[in-house]
Amino acid sequence: MFLKDYIKEVAGALKSLASGMKMTGYYFTHHKEIITEEYPDNRNSLVLAERFKGEVVMTHDENNEHACTGCTACELACPNATIKIITKFDVDEATGKKKKALDTFIYHLELCTLCNLCVDACPTGAIKMAPTFEHSVFDRNQLTKKLNNPGSKIRAGVE
Amino acid sequence: MYRTTDILTSSTSGDMVINVGPQHPATHGVLHLVITLNGETIKKIEPHLGYIHRSIEKMCESLTYRQFIYVTSRMDYLSAHINNHACALCVEKGLQIEVPPRAQVVRVILDELTRIASHELWWGAMAMDLGAFTPFFHAFREREMINEIMEETCGARLTMNYIVPGGVMMDIHPNFQKKIKEFIVLYKQKINEYHELVTGNVIFENRMKNIGTLTAEQVISYGCSGPVARGSGVKSDIRKLYPYEIYDKLDFEEALETGGDSYARYLIRMREMEQSIKIIEQLVDNIPDGDFQAKTKAVLKLPKGEFYTSVETARGELGVYIVSEGGTTPYRIKFRSPGFSNLSILNDMVKGGKIGDLIAAMGTLDLVIPDIDR
Amino acid sequence: MWSFSNIANEIHTWLSSQLPPIWATIVEMVIAGVAVIGLFAILGLVLVIMERKVAAWIQIRLGPNRVGPKGMFQSMADTVKLLVKEGMTPNGADKLMFNVAPFIAMIVAMLLMAPIGFAKDFQLWDLNIGVLYITAISSISVIGILMAGWASNNKYSLLGAMRSGAQIVSYELSAGLAILTIIVLTGSLQLSDIVQAQADGWWIFKGHLPVIIAFLIFITAVTAETNRAPFDLAEAESELTAGFHTEYSGMKFALFFLAEYINVFIVCAIGATLFLGGWMPFHIGNWEGFNHVMDYIPSSVWFFGKTFFLIFVIMWFRWTFPRLRIDQLLNLEWKYLLPISMINLLLVTLIAILGWHF
Repeated sequence: MFLKDYIKEVAGALKSLASGMKMTGYYFTHHKEIITEEYPDNRNSLVLAERFKGEVVMTHDENNEHACTGCTACELACPNATIKIITKFDVDEATGKKKKALDTFIYHLELCTLCNLCVDACPTGAIKMAPTFEHSVFDRNQLTKKLNNPGSKIRAGVE
Repeated sequence: MYRTTDILTSSTSGDMVINVGPQHPATHGVLHLVITLNGETIKKIEPHLGYIHRSIEKMCESLTYRQFIYVTSRMDYLSAHINNHACALCVEKGLQIEVPPRAQVVRVILDELTRIASHELWWGAMAMDLGAFTPFFHAFREREMINEIMEETCGARLTMNYIVPGGVMMDIHPNFQKKIKEFIVLYKQKINEYHELVTGNVIFENRMKNIGTLTAEQVISYGCSGPVARGSGVKSDIRKLYPYEIYDKLDFEEALETGGDSYARYLIRMREMEQSIKIIEQLVDNIPDGDFQAKTKAVLKLPKGEFYTSVETARGELGVYIVSEGGTTPYRIKFRSPGFSNLSILNDMVKGGKIGDLIAAMGTLDLVIPDIDR
Repeated sequence: MWSFSNIANEIHTWLSSQLPPIWATIVEMVIAGVAVIGLFAILGLVLVIMERKVAAWIQIRLGPNRVGPKGMFQSMADTVKLLVKEGMTPNGADKLMFNVAPFIAMIVAMLLMAPIGFAKDFQLWDLNIGVLYITAISSISVIGILMAGWASNNKYSLLGAMRSGAQIVSYELSAGLAILTIIVLTGSLQLSDIVQAQADGWWIFKGHLPVIIAFLIFITAVTAETNRAPFDLAEAESELTAGFHTEYSGMKFALFFLAEYINVFIVCAIGATLFLGGWMPFHIGNWEGFNHVMDYIPSSVWFFGKTFFLIFVIMWFRWTFPRLRIDQLLNLEWKYLLPISMINLLLVTLIAILGWHF
């Protein structure tokens, strides 16, 4: 019957609207469900995943020694020419032989897509990804970084 | 008293031409639609592309087979992982690399998580197109859990670049399985809220049912794939038709609807999320031990020839076609992206409808513009 | 006891003793005007922050919480921002109409403030055709929107304005019929009479099911009349970017924005007056003690409490439902709301004639 269907239709429509309103009403009254993180305020308690790819850093130990041999594997692996390695020739004091070594590890954070290919390519584990993400600066030149610390040298035994 | 403004005088036939996009809230990106209107009724839709063309295919020609995978994350950024997967599969096919079972399972789990995350975002964005804002935030709550799993294991939330030819880049994080199980438990509760908030709503049903109806013939002739094709009853799931990795050993259903309207496409995606959960449930406790990466040479050189693989992304069939001259870089790469074919059907879909129909139907196409333009 | 009516009377007696009657009236009018504008500003600020907080909590967010305690001054900061922004007029626009439209929208909202009883015996203008006045004036608001849409020389604006015209004109019918049910029950067009008639119980309780149906129809229709979601087709940001106010910026936009919220307040105030007893406290039959306690709550608190409850319901709608399509919107009016309210009106008339209501 027409009238019966009409009433049924209206009632069904109202019921479906009420079920949606019930749900939003639940969230309106239950403030513990709120998931907002107040970012700059919670900076101290912020936990990032240890694998988070924020920027490339070179690890130095307490003697200011790194593990980079200057082999340029990372430079070759990089799809965006983010890394530029400048090498020099060290003279081995014991033997007097010349040996290729790292002079400057230049890293362009502004070009980097954080794809992890350089870290994957490094044969000695000299570089890794650091979980930092607040990279914004006022001058983009500051994003070009020199990764090896001044005065650092290669750790003994790393070939 | 008043001056005639030149809106209507610009056309002789009474038609009104409107630009929807490139900057428009409904296009979710820089898509430009030129629509010819008669009143509120749409007479013609003409998509204009190219606003976010970054020539990814050309870029890939100068990158090695290891490097070019990361670029594809930027095509369909919502299923970045699946894009990477397609490229890795194609390279592996060329090099005849056997991928260790552990890597295969991890890849598939992450694929399905990506699919859920992508559909979650689609669900929220589509509801927002229809004028309901709340679903967007609720969908992001669950998507955030997936992103956290991704962040922990892959190191990134959106453009993962976790897959390398021969396996995956790193082993899974110790918390991987635990977190996924937590997610599944929570997700199964929340999916009911989704249906309560949107699926059953009478306004939503009226906006979706019998809107943008596509027949199976139209879908096939335009080359649509994914949920758009399945909504019209065309079997097109690459995971079923041409199984890759371990999909042929898994128990899941291809979601099919015969309605062909926006509501059918909506239901397909909702059911696909449930099927993805089913796949993850089967795999999460059965990740085999072993290597996560096959031994590969430092420099990959594909043999001379042509290679093609296709996978099922969240939007449909993504094909990767590599022409190799035997060098370290591809001679030519062509991506068959699902979004492009799905967009081309838009005119047939909503011609004769209202502006509201265009927005609703475009929402169910789930367009990602960088995927169309590449 | 402190109350709005006492303050008004004291001001009146003081002014009458100091000034000749004609000047006293003029000064009273100025005071009333300033008070209305002040109420406008406060309502705008309160309603904007309320909307944002309601939206945030429904959407499991925190909402504005940076300016002032718990973000309470956020809307003031927004107002300052809008005040210092450039009010652009597009090149091809019809300058006069473009600039006048926001003020029309605003003036309509202001005029509607006149017959509303905010508290016991506290009313700007208790005219004997109050309800008719409200329905008549509220129809003018569509002119402001149509002017804005046409004069902007923008296709989105034009579409938005045309939608809004069709929508407001048709929803006025069912809103009017819903209001008529109360007039039939009360037998008066005067708002103070309607409130007095509810001294022994609000119409929504006294009038059985038909009044509840009328109330639901009224809420739906006024949501549409004020262009609020799910009927916000005139703005429909995912379809028409911002509809009729696409081209407006700065304070001109703010006036539209303010007018929307004031309109929401006014229709809710009318709804509260007609169906929920206005400033009348909540009384239950013969419970003398309970009724006495309720009488202690000031009448203005009752009025604003009811009004803000209705405003909350309308906001709740907005953040829950998707938007309708334009033809579905008109279908809803002509196929559902109008026939139902017509039959409903007949039922109410029957009840009123037979005296079945309490």
